[in-house]
Amino acid sequence: MSRVLPVLSVLAAIVALWYLAAVGMNAAWVRDQAARAGETVTAGRLLRETMVLERPVLPAPHQVAAGLWEGVAGQKITSKRSLVWHGWITLGATLAGFAIGAAAGMILAVGIVHNRAMDMSIMPWAVASQTVPILAIAPMVIVVFASAGVTGLLPKAFIAAWLSFFPVLVGMVKGLRAPDAMQMDLMRSWNASSGQVLRHLRLPVSLPYLFASLKVAVAAALVGTIVGELPAGATQGLGARLLSGSYYGQTIQIWAALFAAAILAAALVWLIGLAERITLRRMGLSR
Amino acid sequence: MSAGADAPRAAADWGWAPLLLGIAGAAALWAAPGPLGRAVGLALVWLGLWGANARLANLAVTAEWERLRRFAVAAIFGLTLLTVWEMAVTVFAVPQVILPAPSAIGARFVAALPMILGDLWQTLVKGALSGWLIGAAAAVLTAIAIDRSPFLQRGLLPIGNFVAALPIVGIAPILVMWFGFDWQSKAAVVVVMVFFPILVNMVAGLAATDALQRDQMATWSAGYWQSLLKLRLPAAMPLLFNGLKITTTLALIGAIVAEFFGSPTRGMGFRISTAVGQMDLALVWAEILMAAIAGSLFYGIVALIERRATFWHPSQRG
Repeated sequence: MSRVLPVLSVLAAIVALWYLAAVGMNAAWVRDQAARAGETVTAGRLLRETMVLERPVLPAPHQVAAGLWEGVAGQKITSKRSLVWHGWITLGATLAGFAIGAAAGMILAVGIVHNRAMDMSIMPWAVASQTVPILAIAPMVIVVFASAGVTGLLPKAFIAAWLSFFPVLVGMVKGLRAPDAMQMDLMRSWNASSGQVLRHLRLPVSLPYLFASLKVAVAAALVGTIVGELPAGATQGLGARLLSGSYYGQTIQIWAALFAAAILAAALVWLIGLAERITLRRMGLSR
Repeated sequence: MSAGADAPRAAADWGWAPLLLGIAGAAALWAAPGPLGRAVGLALVWLGLWGANARLANLAVTAEWERLRRFAVAAIFGLTLLTVWEMAVTVFAVPQVILPAPSAIGARFVAALPMILGDLWQTLVKGALSGWLIGAAAAVLTAIAIDRSPFLQRGLLPIGNFVAALPIVGIAPILVMWFGFDWQSKAAVVVVMVFFPILVNMVAGLAATDALQRDQMATWSAGYWQSLLKLRLPAAMPLLFNGLKITTTLALIGAIVAEFFGSPTRGMGFRISTAVGQMDLALVWAEILMAAIAGSLFYGIVALIERRATFWHPSQRG
């Protein structure tokens, strides 16, 4: 209870502020319309009409909720206006890319821990690459793939893989190096081969690090996929929904797509958190 | 016996092998008739350069040369990648519109430098930097404001952590609608993107003092503001800088992506999207190169300020 109440009251405050902002930002349009019709605007009318505009500057929360509901439940899920359909496309590319990127990151991390040359060659670049705005070039990657004749899921998955690769690599290297000297000495005194050390000591110890970086990576993969869906001409996915909303001034559509993306991100991170809790509990590592 | 100890001896016995491999590979590249022969040649060149690097990495060197060696190994690896890229593009005659060679990108970078610097000014300084400063200031002030209320902290922190994982960059089209095409909308996107990561770090930072230190302040009968200024703000610096460093990349990403939704006729995002439209991929890569340099410099400068500001922290004294 001690956590729920503060979170709920802060959320309530945010929603209240949002309503106020919606009235304030949409007021100009309502006044403008009334002035053209030669009518005066009372406070009550202002309040009523700023809530129900078709293309508001800032849609009120219930309008966004209605838009989200309309997109999720009001359409057949095969419809091009269904958020479930767009979300499914985004989710597919995200998960494909995430799986590739995370697997590559883990494999390379094992190589780096066992090979000095790989460590000294790759790690500085992997760390430096975190400071480079890779995400910003995502739309370009899509266009380049398209000019080479590759479209659909693959280019987006490539971006998602690229973005989730580095956090997993860096986190996993850290995790595989986490066993302390005493534990390593014990393995050596048992004459364990490096494969055995990896299997029985390094991998189990690295799991908490791995899960922490997987959460970062899956969020990054989703953002990468959505940004990858932005280039002009894209018609599928939540990113394309954002873009078409922005072209046609459909603000409710933009906000609904944004919230759908947020729900998707939260669900993915929650799922990995769940896997983490189950795994760590079975290993006896949970706190 | 671990594999690491055997490696130097094995490498020494085959000391000249990488070089020979590299020469054989280069020869194969020139002489090979078909694509398969060229691919083998390319692989040999890669193996040769990689072998040389592995030899350097496993060489026994004294402590004072260690730093130089580490730098050299990383640099040679980077050069290896560039060399193989350049060779691959040349021998397989990859069209410019798919992947330009590094040399072509370099030439375009130098030729278009004034324009690229203009784009950098618009995107980095006007958009990203101003937004980052405003967002950081807002986050620090918010953290101090909610610091006295555990209720607000318990309410805001889970939400802040949650928002930090969301695809916030998606609000770019909305903010471009609200604030127009110029740098103000980019700064607004950056403010929203950097606010929560810095807030979460700053709140954790303000809680980073231990009971002993706070008791010491109490024995000196320091008031709230005195203990905030003299103890808790300095103690919060390492975590604050952690947040500031993470968000340098976010700021640049936000500013560039926001430009895809509308911008004046300059800026890195604008240039990337128009150059893609003209199939001028060398210019696109040149802008990416600039973004990479600028991103690393931005991060590096913040890290440098951190070293000065938190010289006392264990992580800075090693």
